[in-house]
Amino acid sequence: MIRRLIALLVSLYLGYILYSFVYVHFPFGERPLRGVAAHYVENGIKEEGATNIVTSIVTLYRGFDTLGEVTVLFLAATGLGLILAGMKREEEEKPEPTLIMETVTKYLFPLVLLFGSYIFIHGHLTPGGGFPAGVVIATGYFMMFIAQRSFTPSEYLLSATESFAGTLYVIVGLLGLALAFSFLDNVMPLGIPNRVFSAGIIPVIYIIIGFKVGSEMTGILLHLKEA
Amino acid sequence: MNSLILFMALGLSVVLIVGTIIIYLSKDLLVAILGSAVISLIASIFFLILQAPDVAITEAAIGAGLTTGILLYAMKKTGRYEDD
Repeated sequence: MIRRLIALLVSLYLGYILYSFVYVHFPFGERPLRGVAAHYVENGIKEEGATNIVTSIVTLYRGFDTLGEVTVLFLAATGLGLILAGMKREEEEKPEPTLIMETVTKYLFPLVLLFGSYIFIHGHLTPGGGFPAGVVIATGYFMMFIAQRSFTPSEYLLSATESFAGTLYVIVGLLGLALAFSFLDNVMPLGIPNRVFSAGIIPVIYIIIGFKVGSEMTGILLHLKEA
Repeated sequence: MNSLILFMALGLSVVLIVGTIIIYLSKDLLVAILGSAVISLIASIFFLILQAPDVAITEAAIGAGLTTGILLYAMKKTGRYEDD
């Protein structure tokens, strides 16, 4: 009883802190910026059209780094698949998931997918982007893996999505090279800031990255589940 | 700055340090995995305080969500208790 009371108090405390931090202004980031940071903050919206400056840095100003990150993630997923490929285990008796878990995850799963898609579609407007969105989607799949007995997405479809999205990302980058003489340049019209259809190729890149990271992480979890 | 909020942030950092010590000393790997998830959650709150919402979202999704899942699968394959 006392332990439960303490747990309740601690969670209420954490919830209150989270709630109050949203409305409190901390004096961080008030020093005047210099150099390239000042350029990003002053001209970011004008040059790339994204209200979330972090996004325009990640996908356009430093787009080549992001391509490298995507490659590293791809290599990690491939290496894990290679190691675990020969370790298919026979089906053993697993404990049946409870009715509550099965029902809750069944109805929660579409909402998690929707939230993940929201994060990557609105990456240029609100915090977030392709990488966290892909991980949120993969977490939704993980929830289904542990709670539903007969839920296995097609491994072939996952690899196909991953490879297709990766190729598409490089093609978008080469499009910039062909049309604007710079790899991963913004070749589409910028539009009006704060609209969903704005910021040129940033939403396109983040949708591609969202699909790629989501299928990659789901593939990792699927390999680990079946190994 | 609101001193009450500062006091709460100090409380959170105490929870962070105590949680890390518990993870280090624990022989039960399930406790360690769940503790690291809690620590990631608190770290994401700190990123929110430092006005980095992008990093906070990533930390919450990867640290508290995906890493926990991967480590739980690994624990299921290897064994729950650490032996000396």
